[in-house]
This record gives sequence, C-alpha cells and structure tokens, in this order.
Amino acid sequence: MSIFGFKISPSSAINLSELDTRRWDELCRKAPDARRCMACGSCSATCPAAQFSGMSLRKVLLDLQRGREKEAYRMMSNCMLCGKCLMVCPRGINTRELILKISQIYKEEDR
Amino acid sequence: MIYQGKQKIWQDYQKEIPDDHWFYVRSCIRQNFFPGSERMFLEICRNRLGKDFYETEHHTTCGGIAYHCDTLPQETAMTIVARQFALMTEAGYKNYVASCITSFGNYSEIMETWREFPELETRIREMLWKACRKEFQVPEHLAHSSDLIYKFRNQIAEKAEFHLVNKETGEPLRVVEHIGCHYAKMFPSKGIGGAEYPYVLAGMIESWGGEVIDYPERRHCCGYGFRQYHVKANRGYSLSNTYKKFESMEPYKPDMIITNCPGCPYFLDRWQYVIAETEGKTYGQNGFGIPVLTYEEVAGLVLGYDPWDLGLQLHQVAVEPLLDKIGIEYRPEDKYKGLNKKDILRPGLPEHMKCF
Repeated sequence: MSIFGFKISPSSAINLSELDTRRWDELCRKAPDARRCMACGSCSATCPAAQFSGMSLRKVLLDLQRGREKEAYRMMSNCMLCGKCLMVCPRGINTRELILKISQIYKEEDR
Repeated sequence: MIYQGKQKIWQDYQKEIPDDHWFYVRSCIRQNFFPGSERMFLEICRNRLGKDFYETEHHTTCGGIAYHCDTLPQETAMTIVARQFALMTEAGYKNYVASCITSFGNYSEIMETWREFPELETRIREMLWKACRKEFQVPEHLAHSSDLIYKFRNQIAEKAEFHLVNKETGEPLRVVEHIGCHYAKMFPSKGIGGAEYPYVLAGMIESWGGEVIDYPERRHCCGYGFRQYHVKANRGYSLSNTYKKFESMEPYKPDMIITNCPGCPYFLDRWQYVIAETEGKTYGQNGFGIPVLTYEEVAGLVLGYDPWDLGLQLHQVAVEPLLDKIGIEYRPEDKYKGLNKKDILRPGLPEHMKCF
C-alpha cells in the first residue's frame, strides 16, 4: 500500500435507526434527570478533572444518546465525584447520582 | 399540487440565457487537468452550432482560488474581475460566460455585492482606472459554460452519433451528476434549478439518453474545498469527503460521473487512485474505477469526436470500459499519441486499480 502522508478519516456518521437504546432507556427510568439536561455545559466548565482528562458530563450524555457507549464510559471513569457540577447545574440535576447510575448500568454490561 | 402550480414554481428556478454573442473566459486549471474540454466547448458552439463566442489572450485569473484560500482580500479580486469586464466591454460584448465554477461564483458574488453596495463599485472603478486606465460595463447576462451546453442540449442530441445507452443491453447508462458547490449553493437564483434541484447536468444526461442516479450524498462536496486540499495537513479531510461520496454511490453501480467544475472531476478521478492504493478498493466493475468526465467531454463523445482528441488519455481512471459500453470506436495504440502523432510517453500504472 502506498503512503501519501494523509489518509481517510474514520466516519463519524451515526445511523439512528440502528441505534440500541435499551441501556439509555433504562438510565432514564432509573435517573430521569438524564432527560432534563439542556447541554448548557456548566458542568463541563467547572469540572476540575476536565483540564487533565477531557472529562465532560455534557459529552458523556450526548455520547450515550448517540450510542457511543464505550467512549462515554471511558470518559466517565475520569470523574472524581467531587460534586462541583451538582452545585452549578441550572436545571438542578443531581449529577453525582446520574454519574453513579451511568456507572452501574453500563458496567453491568461489562463495558 | 396541480401541474400548473408545479410549472409556476419551477419557473422560479430557471434563468435567462441568451442564445448568442458571448465573451468566453477560460479556467486557470482546467486546461491542465482536462485539456480537451474548453477547446471542445468552443468547437461545439462555434463550428457545430454556429454561435458567436469571443475569447481574448489578455484574460487572466479571476482571483477566485486565492480569494477562497483567504490569501487576497475581496477588493483585489473585484479589481481583477473589473479588468475582465473591461476586456469584455472593449470587445463589444454584453454576455459573459465563464468556464470555471469558482469564477462563476466569484463573478456572481461580486456583481451582487456591487448591486447592494454601489459605492464599492465606484471605488473599484477608480482603482481599475488608476491601475490600468480601463473602464467597464457590468455584464447584462452572466452564465457558466454548462448553462449554455444545457441550453443547446437538445440541438446536440439531434446531431448525436452516440447516446448514453449500453450498446449490448439497450439500457440507459447509469450516470452520477456532480455539480460544483460554487454553481448554485452561494447564489441559488443564478443556477438552473437553484441549490435544491440543480438540473443543469441532469438535463443533459436525460437529453442524451442516460439515467440520472439519485443517491444519499448526491449534493455533498467533492472534497476539494480549496484549503482542505491546498494545506497538506488537511488533505486527509479532502480525501475523506470523496470517500464518503463514493461509498454512498457504490450500491447504485454508476457507469460514469459527469461534473461541471474544474476541481470536482480532478478530485473524483484522482482520489479514486489514492483510495485504491491506500484501501485497495475500487468502485467500478472488474477492478476499474468509475470514469469521471466533464460535460464538454461527454458532449464531444456524443457528437462522435475521437476520445483521444478530447484528452481522455489524461484521466487517471480508464475510460475504455465506458467507450466499449457506448460502442465508441477508438484506437488503443493512439492513446498516448499527442498532436501530429507525437509520442507523449506512457505513465506508470497503479497497483490496485486497473488501467491501460
């Protein structure tokens, strides 16, 4: 194979009709706050782990809705449960509980 | 919706194209990539259809590539364009036809800007006078050369020696049409069919006997995107765009691709080689690629011109399977013969894509 110094980037397209939403539905049942997030990003802006690890709760929730569960869970593992996001959330979401529920549900599936 | 209503709406997507007397300007890059195309356009319009098309050797770049690469300001591009309009005025023409899609977009943008801001046009007139003592009239009609081939498509079909039909099966060829982004995406009212239903190439394909393929990424960019390609660090992005288009059109098994932009045929053609060499994948039948042709080359083939006079030997993807399908005769031994049968040497062949 020839080397040109550039290559095809992997596709980031998401096929919503092929998405398995069972775990996301379960999360919304156990922690209804997941649906209340309006993706304002306050949690990500205050997160002390963000600048070291790229942790972003907003991105975790978006990734879970888009079926990128492995990436979301990997990012989640950087959370230190300090609770700063809980203090700043304008929707009053119990982010710590949400994060623990995500860990529980997605860990059960050995992810 | 009733038929008359549809007709009325469709009229809003048409543009007025005068029949004759055009000032023709060439593209900077097309003559290198597809050298037969512009010559064929003038040959068809002047000699086959008897129209008046004038071109001058004093014409220069429109500045579009540098403008879209962010290396020169719009005022500079405007002054360059004003000079082209001055050449048209000196030659006594009022209709301006550009061979390049980016030039067409550039002219449309500048004329629209002058219409909105007449004081800017006055300033450009002053700058042009100071720079080269020229004055100009804004063209009454601006067209892209594919608009004219579209207008003359039925006359070409009447004179056609071949049609876009598979000789063996009698079925119409399955054709992908790809329209340059700067044709109607910037100023939808300047293109035939607007940005939503561009019909300029589809009309030609239907008139010449082919079948247009509709596929999910039909309106996606070819991947050139100026800075995406010119900056080497972004070149993978350019390639990925093209790859996305080919992956999308592959299930529909196209026989050929027709384009109306200088960059699109080049990238759709050459990136097939890069995809084949890096991924080992080809999109045509039997290990070949999908031939990518300009609309002038297709018009030339339909009218019975020799494929090698049209410059088809400079395509990366082999065109011979397509010529065989249509039933066009060609001499394989003449493929790499230039003017007066001069040997132009054979290129190296790709490893993973079949070529002759």
